Amino acid sequence: MKKVSKFWLFLILAVLIYGIGQGLIQTGILNAFYSNMLILMIINIILAVSLHLVIGITGQFSIGHAGFLAVGAYVSAIITMKFELPFVLAIIIGGIVAALAGLLVGIPTLRLRGDYLAIATLGFGEIIRIVFLNIEYVGGAAGMMVSNMTTWTSAFVCLVITILVISNFTNSRHGRACIAIRENEIAADAMGINTTFYKVAAFAIGSFFAGIAGGLFSHNFYIIQPTNFGFLKSFDILIFVVLGGLGSMSGSVIAAILLTIISTYLQQYPETRMIIYSIVLVVVMLYRPQGLMGTREITDFFGKKKSVKGGN
Amino acid sequence: MEWLQQLINGISLGSIYALIALGYTMVYGIIKLINFAHGDVFMVGAFVGFYAIKGWGLGFFPALLFSMAFCAVFGVLIERIAYKRLRNATRIAALITAIGMSLLIEYGVIYARGAQPEAYPDNVLPSTSFNLFGAQISSQSLFILSVSVGLMIILQFIVHRTKIGKAMRAVSHDMDAARLMGINVDRTISYTFAIGSALAGAAGVIFGVYYTKIEPLMGIIPGLKAFVAAVLGGIGIIPGAMVGGLILGVVESVVSAMGFSLWRDAAAFIILILILIFRPSGIFGKNTREKV
Repeated sequence: MKKVSKFWLFLILAVLIYGIGQGLIQTGILNAFYSNMLILMIINIILAVSLHLVIGITGQFSIGHAGFLAVGAYVSAIITMKFELPFVLAIIIGGIVAALAGLLVGIPTLRLRGDYLAIATLGFGEIIRIVFLNIEYVGGAAGMMVSNMTTWTSAFVCLVITILVISNFTNSRHGRACIAIRENEIAADAMGINTTFYKVAAFAIGSFFAGIAGGLFSHNFYIIQPTNFGFLKSFDILIFVVLGGLGSMSGSVIAAILLTIISTYLQQYPETRMIIYSIVLVVVMLYRPQGLMGTREITDFFGKKKSVKGGN
Repeated sequence: MEWLQQLINGISLGSIYALIALGYTMVYGIIKLINFAHGDVFMVGAFVGFYAIKGWGLGFFPALLFSMAFCAVFGVLIERIAYKRLRNATRIAALITAIGMSLLIEYGVIYARGAQPEAYPDNVLPSTSFNLFGAQISSQSLFILSVSVGLMIILQFIVHRTKIGKAMRAVSHDMDAARLMGINVDRTISYTFAIGSALAGAAGVIFGVYYTKIEPLMGIIPGLKAFVAAVLGGIGIIPGAMVGGLILGVVESVVSAMGFSLWRDAAAFIILILILIFRPSGIFGKNTREKV
C-alpha cells in the first residue's frame, strides 16, 4: 500500500516538473541557452545515477564511466545518421550495446578490488576512447556530425525511467545483495550471495543507463569527438556521485543539478571551473568524506507523508 | 637495423617512465595510496627546469638539481596539506583526494601561466649522433639513459644503505610496529614523498630535454603509464618499477614502429589489464593470500 502510493507520488511529481519545464520552454520564458542547460542537467543526472548504482550501492570503484557514455553516444549516432532509423530505437540500442560493453569489461575486471579495479576501469575507459579514435567509419579524431534530436520530452522520459529502474533495483532483493557486497564482500559471499553475479549485473545496468545518456548526449551536441569522452569526463561523473554522498541517489541528483548550473555559468572560464571543482573535491574529502548527504536519501528528511524517491 | 634503433628509443622512453614509476611505487608501498598527483609533480618539474634553463640560463645539471629540490619540497607540501589527514580514511576517500589534487595542480598551473605549450631550447645538451651496428644513436639519449641509471643507483643506495632508507623499509613493512620501534613515521613518509617527487622532477627535466615540448597537461598520460609500469613490476617493489618502466617503453616503441602509433596509448592499458587479470602482484611480486 505504502509503496504504491510512493510510486504514484513520484509520477505525479515527475509530470508536474515535466509540465513546468515544457511550459517554460514552449512559452519562450527559457531561451535556447537555458533549455540546453536543462537537457545537459538531465544527461548529467542520468550519468550520476547510473554511476551511483556502481559506486554508491555496489561499492565497486569505477572511474571509466565515460567509456560507456562514448559507446552509447557513438552507437546511437551511427544508427540515426548512417542507418537513418528512428531516434527512440537509437537510444535503446545505444543502451544495450553499452550494457554489453559493460559485461565485457566487467567480467574480467570486477575480480579486482579497490585501487586495482579503479585503475583497470580507467584503462578500459581509455581503450574504448582510443578504439573510437581509430575507427575511420565514425570520423576518427575529427569526430562525427550528429543532428540535434534530443528534446526536453525525450530526455525527461529517459530520466524518469532511469530513476524508477535504479531506485526499484536498489530497494529490491537484488539491491540489498549489492549493498551487502558494498559493506563487506567476504561476509556477503559467506551469506550465500553470488557476489560476482551481482557486481557484474550492477555494472551492466549502470553501463546501460550511461549508454542511454550517451544517446541523448550525442544528439544534443552537433558533433561528437573522442576527446569528449576522456577520463576528465569520467572524473566529472565521479565528482557528482562523491559530492552527493556515496550511497545516496538523491544526493547524486542534487550534486549533478548544482554542478551543472555552476559549470554552465563558468563555461567562459574553464580553468576556474576546474580549480573550483578540485578544491571542492579535496575539501569535501578532508572534512566531510561521506559527501553532502552521506547514505541518506532526501526523503529521510521529511515525514511519512512526503516520501518520494529522487525527484528533480 | 631499424629494430636496434627502436629498442634504444624505447629504453630512453622507458627510463623516463621508470623514474616516475619509482615515486608511485615508493608512495604506494608505504601508505597504500595511488598518488595521482605524481604525474603533475613530473609536469611541474619539467616547467621548473624550463624556467631555470631559459630564464636563469642554468646548464643542464644545475637545472636538474634545482628542479629536483623544488619538486621534493612540492611533494612534501602536497603530502602535508592533503594526504596527512587521510591516514585513517577509507581508500576511496584517499583516491578521490589524490584525483582532486591532480586536477588542482594541473589547472592551477594553467591558471597561473596559461595553457600554451613551451619548447625547451635544443642546445641544452650537445647532440651528436654516431653509428652502432647501423643504428643512429644520439648522444642525448645515451646521456639521458646514464642520468636515469645514475639516479636509480643513488636511490638503491639510499634505500638499502642509509638510516632513512631502513626506516622507509620498516614503515612499509608494518607501520605500527615501526612506530613502536621509535621510528618517526610521519617524517619517514615525508621523506618518501620528497625522494619520489625529486625523481619525478628529474624525469620532467629529462623529458623536456629529450622531447622539447612541454605543456600543463603533459603529466597525465606519462603519469598513468608510469603507474602501469609500477603495477607491471609489482607495486611497492623498487627494482620492479625500473624493469616495468623499461619494458613498457620498449613495448610502446615497438608498437609505434609496427605502424600502430595511434594505438600506442592503448598498448599500455592493455598490458595493465592483462597483468591485473593474470598476475595482479606483478612480475616481482609474491602472491599473498587474502585473510578475512
